[in-house]
Amino acid sequence: MTNDFFNIDGSLSEEERAIRDSVRAWVNDRVLPIIGQAYVDGRFPKELIPEMGAQGFLGANLPEEYGCAGLNNVSYGLIMQELERGDSGIRSFASVQGALVMYPIYAFGSEEQKRRLLPSMAKGETIGCFGLTEPDFGSNPSGMITMAREQADGSWILNGGKMWITNGSQAHVSVVWAKTNGDPDASSIRGFVVPTNSKGFSARDQKGKLSLRASDTSELVFQDIHLPADAILPKSGGLKSPLMCLTQARYGISWGAMGAAMACYEECLAYAKNRVMFDKPIAGFQIQQERLADMLTEIVKAQLVSLHLGRLKDAGTFTPQQVSLAKRNNVSMATDVAREARRLLGAVGILAEYGAMRHMANLESVYTYEGTHDVHSLILGQAVTGLNAFN
Amino acid sequence: MGGTIFLVNFFTMGAAPVKIAVCIKRVPEMDGAFKIAASGTAVDETGLKWDISDFDGYAVEAALQMTEKLGAGEVHVISLGPDVVQETLRKALSMGCARATHLKCDVVPFDPFAIASALAAELQGGGYDLVMFGKMSIDSANGAVGLMVADLLGMPMVHGCSKLDIAAGAGTARREIEGGGELVRFSLPAVVSIDEGIARPRYPSLKGIMAAKKKPMDVKPAQLGPVRLTVQKMDLPAARAAGRILGEGAAVVPELVRLLQQEAKVI
Ligand SMILES: Cc1cc2nc3c(=O)[nH]c(=O)nc-3n(C[C@H](O)[C@H](O)[C@H](O)COP(=O)(O)OP(=O)(O)OC[C@H]3O[C@@H](n4cnc5c(N)ncnc54)[C@H](O)[C@@H]3O)c2cc1C
Repeated sequence: MTNDFFNIDGSLSEEERAIRDSVRAWVNDRVLPIIGQAYVDGRFPKELIPEMGAQGFLGANLPEEYGCAGLNNVSYGLIMQELERGDSGIRSFASVQGALVMYPIYAFGSEEQKRRLLPSMAKGETIGCFGLTEPDFGSNPSGMITMAREQADGSWILNGGKMWITNGSQAHVSVVWAKTNGDPDASSIRGFVVPTNSKGFSARDQKGKLSLRASDTSELVFQDIHLPADAILPKSGGLKSPLMCLTQARYGISWGAMGAAMACYEECLAYAKNRVMFDKPIAGFQIQQERLADMLTEIVKAQLVSLHLGRLKDAGTFTPQQVSLAKRNNVSMATDVAREARRLLGAVGILAEYGAMRHMANLESVYTYEGTHDVHSLILGQAVTGLNAFN
Repeated sequence: MGGTIFLVNFFTMGAAPVKIAVCIKRVPEMDGAFKIAASGTAVDETGLKWDISDFDGYAVEAALQMTEKLGAGEVHVISLGPDVVQETLRKALSMGCARATHLKCDVVPFDPFAIASALAAELQGGGYDLVMFGKMSIDSANGAVGLMVADLLGMPMVHGCSKLDIAAGAGTARREIEGGGELVRFSLPAVVSIDEGIARPRYPSLKGIMAAKKKPMDVKPAQLGPVRLTVQKMDLPAARAAGRILGEGAAVVPELVRLLQQEAKVI
């Protein structure tokens, strides 16, 4: 196998390979034939959601007792890799649903919230979104101004708004992070499960995106939303809680980006072997061989990073800083691979019929969300120097 | 009270659970390029990916759909070969089959009769209503094992079913034949082999993959029949000569016609 140059398969269990192969077959049959057109149309293919649920792709590393597949973290990563081999938008849907909505309900929710929400979210019957970013607070979410105020009877009134929210306009529930009771300090941040049909909730799709076009990205507005006392995630507290969710999602993204890179590499490798120019396949020219060798090398390095990180996560010893390194490296690597693949393809590389340019454009969002590349540089910088360069 | 008992009896009599065996083969995926091994008589297996043979996968899916439709019954899967076939069997378990039997031997012989003998020995006395095969394996493409098993078991055989249905004691099947179709009826127990078009194999769900680990897998030595047929030599088709581009547009048509007439001699 060209894309398994280092026999990574040999380091996966039979079960992990079976999971990867099953997701890959699903993506080949269901996603690849429709995704180019969905992207051009700017449409998230939501008809795929029930199947993703039935196959067990959503929240797959959460326990079986809540209707999830109960897989290890390497298997979870492989699912993300294969979904993003299809499209970053499909993977984003699964990341948000699993790591950013189901995970906080699992980690910070009451038993009642878990039993009520997780099984139907695993099936894809209930769709979630995650609201952290605000128009004026992106890389610095601790500055958020969305506010929830507790009422005398224990219920809450929520005001504010969120920006760039994946799945925002199609979600049934939104996990919203808000400061509480007028306290501007980040330590007052709590998570709330907000039904999107609440009075005072509105969502509007972001128009004019040139990236992640097969994904819904929305702006949310909360106007005097009245939430019952049990809307709060009782075990959430401070900025640390949403950051824990981001660590989960970023871990999956480090695998996902690799899927996009592999798709680009394989596409342009096949093309290079067949495209004849100056009387021989372009793969026979040194410049293209160097290009392919660079792509292959970077993909293999990223695979080893993510696989090792997954084993650390399964052992329970991974750190958020290690996740930052993997997200930063792998996403940046994938943007480079996608761009080089597009260039190798020549003119056909600008068509939606080929994946490279779609992946290339998608990966620019992935480069920015879940902590921009720069923010991860600062996290790593702080980890190695002990000096905070954020502000 | 009596009514309840009557109903229970009636139910179990009416829908006697069917027992189906599907024999599956582990084969290399066909989309890669093949090399011949140093022995000259087999394919070089390095770097190949393996899966259930296509037609066998259709058979597994068709069997599962029949038991699901009947609401009762079990599908067993059987495969013959070295230990790695257990992975292929587990894939069938992850799709929903109830139990697997691995008939163990170091190499899968080429002689279909040797394989059929081992399968028939296992199937004999297993109490199966239906034994299913793919129409042929996509690697050796003999299409013979199922027919031989039917003969060894003394059962009716329908080869190449594109539709299949079973009900109390009998089955019906459709076969595609040159220029039309053929509907056949047969008594159970029977052996059938499956053509494409019957059912697309489901993707194993992730829960199915986890559940497969806990399902029974019996391992028995394969009682192979005598091997009287071996491959002497394999060769690859001659490489196609590279194409030639004459140019673009109407101006090159006369030259194209001339070459097709005089050089390729096809028009
Ligand atoms: C398609 C898409 C989907 C998204 N989905 C979600 C979602 O579901 N939920 C959610 O909450 N958010 C989501 N986001 C938001 C995303 O997380 C933010 O865009 C991201 O955190 C960056 O914030 P910003 O866009 O405001 O950029 P800014 O923070 O304004 O950054 C602008 C630039 O400044 C740089 N920068 C910022 N701070 C520093 C610093 N201290 N030092 C040096 N450079 C700095 C950044 O790296 C960047 O280059 C999504 C974004 C996109 C594009």
